[in-house]
Amino acid sequence: MTGAMTLALRPTDLADDLSRYIHRRDDGVFQFEVAVKGARCANCIAKIEAGVTSVAGVSEARLNLSTGKLTVNWKQVAASPHAVLRRIRDLGYEAQPFDAAASLGADEGEGRMLLRCLAVSAFGTVFTMGLTDAIWYGGELSPALRQTFFLLAASVATPVTLYAGQPFFRSAFRALARGRTNMDVPISAALILSLGLSIYQSVQGGQNVYFDAAVMLAFLLLIGRYLDYRLRNRARDAARHLLALQSLLARRFKPDGEIETVAARELNPGDRILLASGERVPVNGTLESADGGGTELDTSLVTGESAPVRMSLGAALQAGSIVTGQPAVLRATARVEDSLVADLARLLEAGQQTRGLYVRLADRAARAYVPFVSGLALMVFAGWLASGATLAIAATNAIAVLIITCPCALGLAVPAVQIVATGRLFQRGLFVKSGDALERLAEIDLAVFDKTGTLTTGQPVLKNREKIAPDILELAATLARASHHPLAAAIAAAAGPGPVAPGVRETAGAGMEAMINGRLCRLGSAAWCGVTDDLLDGRLWLRCGDAEPVRFAFQERIRPEARALLAELMGRGIAVEMLTGDRGEPAAAIAAEAGVANWCAGIGPREKAARMETLRQQGRHVLMVGDGLNDAAAMALAHVSIAPGTAADVSQSASDMVLRGDSLEPIVEAIDVARKARRLVLQNFALAAVYNLTAIPLAAFGFVTPLIAAATMAGSSLLVMLNALRLARRPA
Amino acid sequence: MTGIALIIASALTVGLSALGVLLWALGSGQYDDPDGDAERILLDDPD
Repeated sequence: MTGAMTLALRPTDLADDLSRYIHRRDDGVFQFEVAVKGARCANCIAKIEAGVTSVAGVSEARLNLSTGKLTVNWKQVAASPHAVLRRIRDLGYEAQPFDAAASLGADEGEGRMLLRCLAVSAFGTVFTMGLTDAIWYGGELSPALRQTFFLLAASVATPVTLYAGQPFFRSAFRALARGRTNMDVPISAALILSLGLSIYQSVQGGQNVYFDAAVMLAFLLLIGRYLDYRLRNRARDAARHLLALQSLLARRFKPDGEIETVAARELNPGDRILLASGERVPVNGTLESADGGGTELDTSLVTGESAPVRMSLGAALQAGSIVTGQPAVLRATARVEDSLVADLARLLEAGQQTRGLYVRLADRAARAYVPFVSGLALMVFAGWLASGATLAIAATNAIAVLIITCPCALGLAVPAVQIVATGRLFQRGLFVKSGDALERLAEIDLAVFDKTGTLTTGQPVLKNREKIAPDILELAATLARASHHPLAAAIAAAAGPGPVAPGVRETAGAGMEAMINGRLCRLGSAAWCGVTDDLLDGRLWLRCGDAEPVRFAFQERIRPEARALLAELMGRGIAVEMLTGDRGEPAAAIAAEAGVANWCAGIGPREKAARMETLRQQGRHVLMVGDGLNDAAAMALAHVSIAPGTAADVSQSASDMVLRGDSLEPIVEAIDVARKARRLVLQNFALAAVYNLTAIPLAAFGFVTPLIAAATMAGSSLLVMLNALRLARRPA
Repeated sequence: MTGIALIIASALTVGLSALGVLLWALGSGQYDDPDGDAERILLDDPD
């Protein structure tokens, strides 16, 4: 009954709902933005752009590969946004209209701003260096010419430092406003004070100006800042992707039986909603009617298990599941914001906020460093005054202490090590999304794994092969090869390559049938083959004519490297645990095979997140490795998380690191590199501290010339960079 | 002395114009899609 109603929908029913994604630019061009997933290469660009441009009315389409955003323009002729979305999906990519209003985050322009500051400070560095170096090495300059040079340098360095220093000033101001200190406080102080002191000196006709030091400091630190930004750039908007998964539209039955299309957020409990095959369930509800008394759903969002689950009438369906069987009618029991996907998004957001509280090593160092240094500068100031120096000399020396102790090397120490470490891990197949993820990874003492798709390959294999006669297996395979269903694929894989039976018909959610040697052969669910089976899913039956039906049972295959990986982790003092939404029996089998003593089966995404919370309160530092959408919330709550490359997009966004290949092996190396990186960062801190401590007496007693200031700055930066590079060379 | 003034003036001019070009390129979005630009060079021209 329902199929016909689906077709009765007019395209205009939907068009109105997408209009809020279409913006009219000032020049009259209509702009529609689409988030495209899965585009990776030049071919994808060419295919998508050509495909979308050929949609009637579209004048231009351009895909930004870095952000995954496709901008579609059209002029007077109104193109259909639905045609655009359909075309992209037909090409094999996921497409969602991009809500520009929701995504215009504060950090959109951050990269551009950093690059601008970097360019300005690079220009300033070269220019002021040219002017001040001439003074240090050309001793024969007359005082008048020297002052001219200083004033010239001042006129360049002042605007450059004030402009390029903005990222530091802003961050320092934010920290101070909240009553905290961070790295940027001493950096900003050093920048402003050295600039102010130098301007004062130039106007007074003095000798000691630090223009080059100030500009170079900004330049070096901006490099560190930009590297850090590049690391974080791709880690954005996990929660937004998850929200995009909520189906935007739903088809609701009106009281008179007509169907109307409404936005999913307008649904109320009690509404009857039509779900076609391939559609996502918009809200939690119960299955009211379906052809054949039930339907099949892909519930991977909810349970993480990829095998479709059969639902009979009256069963509770959770939002986010995808209908893979017969079209069905759902009676809503909750609103969108009370449904599972919205719940997950909230959990995810909460997890990211907790994680935002993590204090980076550099900032922890700064908390100890800032009071120490400012106290020291005050003492120097007081000391000089007490020994009868003028106010100007006392201030000059106190400022010299602040400049010389500026944590320039510290600001570079951490990003330099992290860039080298992430570069090395990238070569080994692990993509690290943020620098502090490495810091957190170095601290873990417990690793929690998801089962399906993480410890196992996620693809079922035939379990009872030895009980099935070879000719029966081959017969089943001739049917199975025609299907993409994971269980059918497992049969085809067990039988090896071979022919497909002519005239195979597949019924979604039921099975396949064909006439073979004059007998009707059916491969599929128990109901499809007319067998009574106490287990509803996870098994296939084959029935040919009157012959005895044959049962095919399946099991998951553990990843070949999993056992060794877990042993390696335990060898490093890291406990191992497994959480799964699967039933107890297969979970026990996999746990035993992988060598996991602690495991928990049959738990959903909320319980997984709750378990993370419990562990956190116990003071454990947890690494969560998971692939399913159901793991996303737990992953966001964990101390640090890793997703396999096969993981769902949301899990990849929620995780700190993504494996590029199909193997879990790089995890061990990642932990080793992270621990080594932590040691190197601490070493770098120590090096920088020693450097600064030697320079402090010089500064305190007034011996720091601009030459010494520039040399210590460049010297300590060079030292920490070289130390960081050791990570690339030596095996961890 | 005139030489130094000339050199400094021309260094400033050259430096500032290079900076200006870079800032213009940034502002016009030429650094917005580094990944895409790296791939696009492999595409044949549509005409």
